[in-house]
Amino acid sequence: MRLTLHVWRQKGPKDPGRIVTYDMPDVNPDMSFLEALDVLNERLIQRGEDPIAFDHDCREGICGACGMVINGIPHGPRRATTACQLHLRTFKDGDEIWVEPWRARAFPTIKDLVVDRSAFDRIIAAGGFVSVPTGSAPDGNALPVPKKVADLAMDAAQCIGCGACVASCPNGSAMLFVAAKVSHLGLLPQGRPERRDRARKMVEQMDREGFGACTNTGECEAACPKEIRLEFIARMNRDFLRGTFAERPEAE
Amino acid sequence: MELKANVPDGSLEKKWDRHRFELKLVNPANKRKYRILVVGTGLAGASAAATLAELGYEVEVFCFQDSPRRAHSIAAQGGINAAKNYANDGDSIWRLFYDTVKGGDFRSREANVYRLAQISVHIIDQCVAQGVPFAREYGGQLVTRSFGGTQVARTFYARGQTGQQLLLGAYQAMMRQVGAGKVRLRPRSEMLDLVVVDGRARGLVVRDLVSGELSVALGDAVVLATGGYGNLFYLSTNAKGSNVTAIWRAYKRGAAFGNPCFTQIHPTCIPVSGEYQSKLTLMSESLRNDGRIWVPQRQGDARPPSQIPENERDYYLERMYPSFGNLVPRDIASRAAKKVCDEGRGVGPGGLGVYLDFADAIRRLGENVIRDKYGNLFEMYERITDENPYQAPMRIYPAVHYTMGGLWVDYNLMSTVPGLYVIGEANFSDHGANRLGASALMQGLADGYFILPYTIGDYLARSRFEKIGPDRPEVRQARTDAETRIQRLLSVNGKRSVDSFHRELGRLMWDDCGMSRNEKGLQRALSRIPALREEFWRDVRVLGENEQLNQSLEKAGRVADFLEFGELVCRDALERRESCGGHFREEYQTPEGDPMRDDANLCHVAAWEYAGEDSPPKLNKEPLTFESVHLAQRSYQ
Ligand SMILES: Cc1cc2nc3c(=O)[nH]c(=O)nc-3n(C[C@H](O)[C@H](O)[C@H](O)COP(=O)(O)OP(=O)(O)OC[C@H]3O[C@@H](n4cnc5c(N)ncnc54)[C@H](O)[C@@H]3O)c2cc1C
Ligand code: FES
Repeated sequence: MRLTLHVWRQKGPKDPGRIVTYDMPDVNPDMSFLEALDVLNERLIQRGEDPIAFDHDCREGICGACGMVINGIPHGPRRATTACQLHLRTFKDGDEIWVEPWRARAFPTIKDLVVDRSAFDRIIAAGGFVSVPTGSAPDGNALPVPKKVADLAMDAAQCIGCGACVASCPNGSAMLFVAAKVSHLGLLPQGRPERRDRARKMVEQMDREGFGACTNTGECEAACPKEIRLEFIARMNRDFLRGTFAERPEAE
Repeated sequence: MELKANVPDGSLEKKWDRHRFELKLVNPANKRKYRILVVGTGLAGASAAATLAELGYEVEVFCFQDSPRRAHSIAAQGGINAAKNYANDGDSIWRLFYDTVKGGDFRSREANVYRLAQISVHIIDQCVAQGVPFAREYGGQLVTRSFGGTQVARTFYARGQTGQQLLLGAYQAMMRQVGAGKVRLRPRSEMLDLVVVDGRARGLVVRDLVSGELSVALGDAVVLATGGYGNLFYLSTNAKGSNVTAIWRAYKRGAAFGNPCFTQIHPTCIPVSGEYQSKLTLMSESLRNDGRIWVPQRQGDARPPSQIPENERDYYLERMYPSFGNLVPRDIASRAAKKVCDEGRGVGPGGLGVYLDFADAIRRLGENVIRDKYGNLFEMYERITDENPYQAPMRIYPAVHYTMGGLWVDYNLMSTVPGLYVIGEANFSDHGANRLGASALMQGLADGYFILPYTIGDYLARSRFEKIGPDRPEVRQARTDAETRIQRLLSVNGKRSVDSFHRELGRLMWDDCGMSRNEKGLQRALSRIPALREEFWRDVRVLGENEQLNQSLEKAGRVADFLEFGELVCRDALERRESCGGHFREEYQTPEGDPMRDDANLCHVAAWEYAGEDSPPKLNKEPLTFESVHLAQRSYQ
């Protein structure tokens, strides 16, 4: 099949960047989107042109490294699918495809489709953990966790930290990312003691990083390749409100 | 080179306990004076970094991804073993130990494996406490399932994303220490060389992948947790960035390389679909719990699977191994798949595939139960192949998956370079010649949470360190070497892309040093690899410059190392004149086609020593002695 790719090219953080058009007359529909970029890059190298930079690693939809806006949608048109798992059979022969990096104030562009998402790591460092040093754990079955609770925590824990939620949000908010972690840990008995503090610290860090506010547009839920649900944001808001207004230290 | 395994005396059960008592401790107040450099943030690296920082050491951590959370461990699917015996089905530390030694075809160190089994139970506790959402029963208790090579259910899992959840647990523990200022995090950084001063590991040469800047990080000890080298074969289930560079550079600075030819080919992967293919996708081994593997009885039977009646199917694993059936270890399942395909009974394009069929399980348990257990794997399969595995059987074929080989380490996980520790998949490991499913995650976390943090303290407490600066000649030399190599790569300016070399090397390795090996093929590979390497340095094209994000340059450095390393793998495979585990030498098999070990002559770890650019590497041997288990022919019938 034939595709025309319009790809964002930007040499470095200071370069203004521009769209460059590439014709791909003979791609195989069974290729993944990233494999198509590989093929294009091989050709660029043959022509002596700088290949397109993009982040990727596992190519199985789990590491969260890949991420690009494809035809206006983070990770492209297929529901619950990362760019690395998107296959060209999703498109039609002759399609034109626009490919751009995540765009958000908190994710500055480094080169072409590669952005800096280290803000996410700093949010986790601020409170996205259970404070349990190695060696201090009781037996794994000491605290039963109802299957329903474990399953719900797992739904939230599936977040791959790719940043699609931020890229899709008109405000560039990281609320879904933060809410997923706050819910995952807060739902489990092991994470409950620190639950309010955790929400507060993570949200404060999110604000410091320059992410926007959440106005419930719901774009993030639609873009999330792991189908993390909006209801986790509501759950977090409850924890957060208690976290900021509770003067007293944690008491349950 | 002297290989001192430093296995403590005493009975198997008491060794680790006793050893911990004998290890020297660092005074708590002094710990912050030591700086430990950890390369890698997978299960092994992240768990070690977190624990070392909790103990009070200063830690600096490196990874090449943009975030430590993306280390390749994230992709592990099926589960993690532990001898908890929650299923009350007769499991014990001894049984896990025995299964692992036997699964590894008696080529691992007894004392290490026993310690691993002992520690396994603490790992689960630690992970649960961190908030890892393992699967639970309705009553709230942890669930386990069985995996290949065992007859008990000892595998804990979090849907099909166990690696992800365990890694996030370790990553979060480490990020807590980053927040506390005890761990300095350096993502998008690649280790290019090891700095050895006065015979001890003291630092790293690191390239900042965004700015291209080369810097030197200095410390009192170095920990390599850089994962496996399966990408030597180009196509593998590993993440694209997985590489051998860190351990290869360390090898060239004096660390012995253990059993490089022990590579694992995983039986259940999605078959190759075309030339453009960039990686292979694993379908977790857990699927073999409910899926049945078969091929048509008749050669070249091109009917769709639904039209092949039951009595014209060959469920060959169930036929050949009645007691383990579809759950035989990976090496056996892979070789059997190759055998039936070689007989012309393979299915799908090119006849390189076998069926993994869930029809029976769906009939027995219902589609919902299967969806609950494997939903995300089925989805992944459908996304890649465009076929619905609830309706038609999956097509699978073996692919390179894991490397048992790695840097040689002693009981303390220290390499032959004092102060250089190697953990996780990067060391030659406890898995012998074949790893059982769900044991890599266990080993990575055992090393990182519970072994290294003790043993490294002993080294630090016993050594005296003088302060070294970037001006030391050894430091300057390592840095200059790295710089020169980068300049060389950029200045060849030839015609062929890095990927084309990598692909060619991979095909060559797969053909001559893959699922089955023979003297002729290995000799052929040993003459072709140097030629390919020579062509690489003459004709590779790496565009751009060093002073920017340059992914071609990153790849070029890694492929250049694979082009050297491949030769060592073939050399090791040639020298190991026996068949054991994942290493099958066609010359050494029974008339029935079963592998034949040579315990009289080859019951050892091959530890290769670098001898300079112009001399062949030297083979050292660590004899393996088995005091507690009887060396038996592996049988899964
Ligand atoms: C698809 C798949 C599924 C699997 N499923 C299971 C399973 O169910 N159960 C199981 O037990 N095992 C499984 N395994 C095996 C297991 O995942 C790995 O063996 C294990 O995760 C390796 O962990 P590690 O910490 O040693 O290394 P990795 O997780 O590979 O981490 C390596 C780290 O080193 C860094 N690094 C590497 N080179 C450099 C360098 N030169 N400079 C700087 N940093 C560097 C990387 O950035 C990364 O952070 C699976 C493997 C695959 C491929
Ligand atoms: S490359 Fe890992 S999620 Fe796409």
